[in-house]
Amino acid sequence: MAWMAWTPITAAFFGCIFLMLIGMGIWQAVSPTVPRRGFLPLTTTRGDRLFISLLGAAYIHLGWLAFTDAALWIGSVIALVWLVIVMRWG
Amino acid sequence: MNKITNNKAWFLVLPVFFIVAISAIIPLMTVVNYSVQDIFDPQTRFFVGTEWFEQVLGDSRLHDALLRQIFYTLSVLFIEIPLGIAVALTLPRKGWGVSASMVLLALPLLIPWNVVGTIWQIFGRADIGLGGYVINLMGIDYNYAQNPMDAWLTVLVMDVWHWTSLIVLLCYAGLRSIPDAYYQAAKIDGASRWAVFRFIQLPKMQSVLVIGVLLRFMDSFMIYTEPFVLTGGGPGNATTFLSQFLTRMAVGQFDLGPAAAFSLVYFLIILLVCWVFYTVVMNAGKQGEQ
Repeated sequence: MAWMAWTPITAAFFGCIFLMLIGMGIWQAVSPTVPRRGFLPLTTTRGDRLFISLLGAAYIHLGWLAFTDAALWIGSVIALVWLVIVMRWG
Repeated sequence: MNKITNNKAWFLVLPVFFIVAISAIIPLMTVVNYSVQDIFDPQTRFFVGTEWFEQVLGDSRLHDALLRQIFYTLSVLFIEIPLGIAVALTLPRKGWGVSASMVLLALPLLIPWNVVGTIWQIFGRADIGLGGYVINLMGIDYNYAQNPMDAWLTVLVMDVWHWTSLIVLLCYAGLRSIPDAYYQAAKIDGASRWAVFRFIQLPKMQSVLVIGVLLRFMDSFMIYTEPFVLTGGGPGNATTFLSQFLTRMAVGQFDLGPAAAFSLVYFLIILLVCWVFYTVVMNAGKQGEQ
């Protein structure tokens, strides 16, 4: 795996993504998702909301890097809040 | 009603999962790893955090290439989709003409990208190419190697020539799936030609059009070979699109870190546009059914 040039941060990042997917899989097996409509203008399942929140989090980070010089962790906190909002009320 | 679920079927998906993992997910993970490092080879590397992303996002040449790419892709879609639908509507529905037109339309799709570039490179030349010669004969000063607008138009026309057939074939397949009863009902109701198109043909073509637009969007947004062969990105940077900019960065300058960061931005743009488009069209379809 040396050719993949792993770093601790990217390993942790992908670890989190995989844990999320496994967690979502178990959650789905225990209590299957029911499509619903929240503040997003479309009917979504739990997986849809995770995808939307992750994609949104990526764009929040890119926007943060492009438009501000402030510390990145503030952007990460905003992305995390976005993730929680979409998962709960999306 | 209790539905019996058999999760053993998931094992049948395993081979596909491994193929996708090796061909897409692992390379993508590697690109993410590269994007946060100043890397020369897997042994010689330094962690730089988000530096490459900041550099790439603030690069004015990249902004220009992105704007050029968006304009090009929109032009391709606005020309190829209506033209494809129009041609599909005029194709014969039975007789020998069906096979003849299918073969003729499929021809451009069978030609490899680099050959298409070469064909148009020769075709557009004023000295030895038929197209360039005729245009100059009409008194228009056309030279795709020197004039940015000519180069731009040539790349666009080349793409239209190469890929409109795909939209035509997809739409034709959609049109053929409409039962005759629909047309008979429309005739009895005295529907106009436009009403037949708007309320029968267009809704029936919707699913194939979604595939067509998505394919053309992704393909034109990632276009590389044809403009590379035809103009090499020039004159100046007039036809340098995102993938060519990326290749120059990664292979030409060997800036693997910034190229990886740029690849991820590129990937996120395509992912977002495709997802928005797919969701909007699929939701519109559901509302239409209701």
